[in-house]
Amino acid sequence: MTSTTSEAVYLDHAATTPLAAEVVEAMGPWIAAGAVGNASSLHAAGRRARAAVEDARDRIAAALGVTPLEVLFTSGGTEADNQAIKGLVWAGGAGGHVVTTAIEHHAVLETVEWLRDHQGVKATVVGVDADGLVDPDEVLAAVQPDTRVVSVMAANNELGTIQPLDVLGPALAERGVPLHVDAVQAFGKVPMPLGEWQPAGLALSAHKFNGPTGVGVLVLRRDLQPHPVLHGGGQERGVRSGTLNVAGIVGLGAAAERAADLLSTVDTAVRARRDALLDGLLAIDDVALNGHAQQRLPHNAHVGIGGVDAESLLMGLDRAGIQCSTGSACQSGAARRSHVLDAIAAREDAAHLRFTLGPETTDADIDRTISAVTDAVARLRTSTGDR
Amino acid sequence: MASVLVAMSGGVDSSMAAALLVEQGHDVTGVHLKMADTPSGIPGKGCCTLDDARDARRVADLLGIPYYVWDFADAFHERVVDDFVAEYAAGRTPNPCIRCNERVKYTALMARARAAGFDRLATGHHVRLSTDDDGTVRLLRPVDEGKDQTYVLYMASQDQLRHSAFPVGGIQKSDLRDMATERGLVTASKPDSTDICFIPSGNTAAFLGARIGRRPGRLVDHDGTDLGEHDGAFAFTVGQRRGLGLSGMPEPRFVTAIEGDTVTVGRREDLRVSALTADGVSWTVAPPTPGEEGLTARVRYHGERLPVAVQLDGTADGTTMEVAFTDDRPSGVAPGQAVVVYRGEECVGGGTIATTSR
Repeated sequence: MTSTTSEAVYLDHAATTPLAAEVVEAMGPWIAAGAVGNASSLHAAGRRARAAVEDARDRIAAALGVTPLEVLFTSGGTEADNQAIKGLVWAGGAGGHVVTTAIEHHAVLETVEWLRDHQGVKATVVGVDADGLVDPDEVLAAVQPDTRVVSVMAANNELGTIQPLDVLGPALAERGVPLHVDAVQAFGKVPMPLGEWQPAGLALSAHKFNGPTGVGVLVLRRDLQPHPVLHGGGQERGVRSGTLNVAGIVGLGAAAERAADLLSTVDTAVRARRDALLDGLLAIDDVALNGHAQQRLPHNAHVGIGGVDAESLLMGLDRAGIQCSTGSACQSGAARRSHVLDAIAAREDAAHLRFTLGPETTDADIDRTISAVTDAVARLRTSTGDR
Repeated sequence: MASVLVAMSGGVDSSMAAALLVEQGHDVTGVHLKMADTPSGIPGKGCCTLDDARDARRVADLLGIPYYVWDFADAFHERVVDDFVAEYAAGRTPNPCIRCNERVKYTALMARARAAGFDRLATGHHVRLSTDDDGTVRLLRPVDEGKDQTYVLYMASQDQLRHSAFPVGGIQKSDLRDMATERGLVTASKPDSTDICFIPSGNTAAFLGARIGRRPGRLVDHDGTDLGEHDGAFAFTVGQRRGLGLSGMPEPRFVTAIEGDTVTVGRREDLRVSALTADGVSWTVAPPTPGEEGLTARVRYHGERLPVAVQLDGTADGTTMEVAFTDDRPSGVAPGQAVVVYRGEECVGGGTIATTSR
């Protein structure tokens, strides 16, 4: 058996990304010994911290084409999704209606289900097709007079399928229905078209684009005032209380700028390597692509591999130094079949693996991955296992 | 050096098994089997809890070995829990640890380990292995007699034993705890698990009642006297004395037989068994020869080993046998439990008790 060899190949960028050097450099002064930084303090130290936060806010606003006051800092994507959905529902008083899709991240789905089960909010969960695409007409048809928010992700975290927001966004805007977009996976991978049909809310998470964990953004359209989820000192337009995480926010700002600069690299070099990886994987017998072939994130390869067990394959690849992902993990750490695979009715007798590349992924990484998967699958298929 | 997958339950034995394998220089990987869907945030006791999964993970971290959690909840439920309920419903007293070893750990898990390229599957069971010059692997009782787990591994085949490792079988449990403490393992002072892991309350009758429902039947004395109605034979085990509601009898009554929905009770001497038949018989090595002397057998997990004569039935598949107790007779022998046969310190095999005779 091959033990872990030299350097690992990290192909799990949809889970999290390596911290970028320029991000570490930007954060440095704010995590150094002696750093003082309550951005709400009205003295010189506070002003310096505030200036750093506002610099970051400017960078993110510029990267997204929104105004700085529309950028609210959160603890990450999960909080941004919770704040947008709960906040917009609660702002309308008791009751209300929410529309979302079956393949949203848990941060959205669990929030909607909690509102439905504990607060009497009506919920419509729209399904997707076999490629994970949502039908805009189906979403529009689900809208009711008391719909408080529609939540649709920009791109799916597992399949990489990009949703047709360019159609859905303007149509909802025309009807005056707020749209919240979970853009945690899409930001930095595809341009964010926040122009004429700016969504009500948009969630980002810094660690998905080479920033630190524990910090994210809710872009909140300036005419909206959702109820807060966290009550307190009234920071961030009164929506998100709590002393600002200056170091994290500075890192997020640097990471957002870097991601915007790298968009064309991702669209060309990363996409080409992803395509090469897919070609290699699809050459293995009984392997099929999951998600949409064209409408997909350029760094995502998601395949179903027939006749092998996902946990065994994942461990075999890990031991060969290939880090990828299957489904999601429960609290104990066991992999479990995801709701996304259920929503697209993916094969039960296949291992579904997600490989997500980064700008630092090399051609050699791709070659090594293809041969490791090919070998591991062949070995698992020849073993006569009871399972 | 071998590549070894060690099943880490989160207890001290399997933690030390992993530690010893690492110290012996093997290429060790830890795996924790998720056997149940424990509701998050609700701490449980016994195995299968988040605490155990985390303890195993922290030991693996300390040892510097890769660690995975594999979800065997479906297999465990189908092959162990459902079987447990069905056996009780049929009036037998199953041993779920044996079923788990037989149908999950040494089949599904071992198959996965071997498919993944591991040479051996290691566990923290208190048993020992020795290998003859001709390659025969023998399953031996451990150094710590009180922790002997050969009873729940009698069904292991030569092929399974060849791909197994039991690193702690040569060490006293108290020494293992000291060794775990010296190594700073978080599991060093965890109490031994004693209950059935999937019944954390310890209330087996309530667990079964919720799944089987009320199945009333007659409670009958050894002389045929009807003693009244009971709510379900599954709540009784052969040998049971307490909870029969018969405190008014002139001498104590014990459950002596469960047949269909009828539960028979009798005096202490009615519990004695002189012979039994077993099915599902298997052998770790060559089966006993006709008339072989020096054999002993156990009829419960940590029961006494009593001298026996084993008669293999002449059936084509050889999966049934008759065991006669040649000296002391055991009492409270429950169909569904295992009868496990020993030759000296070696566990040679066993089967599931089908019938008993006085």
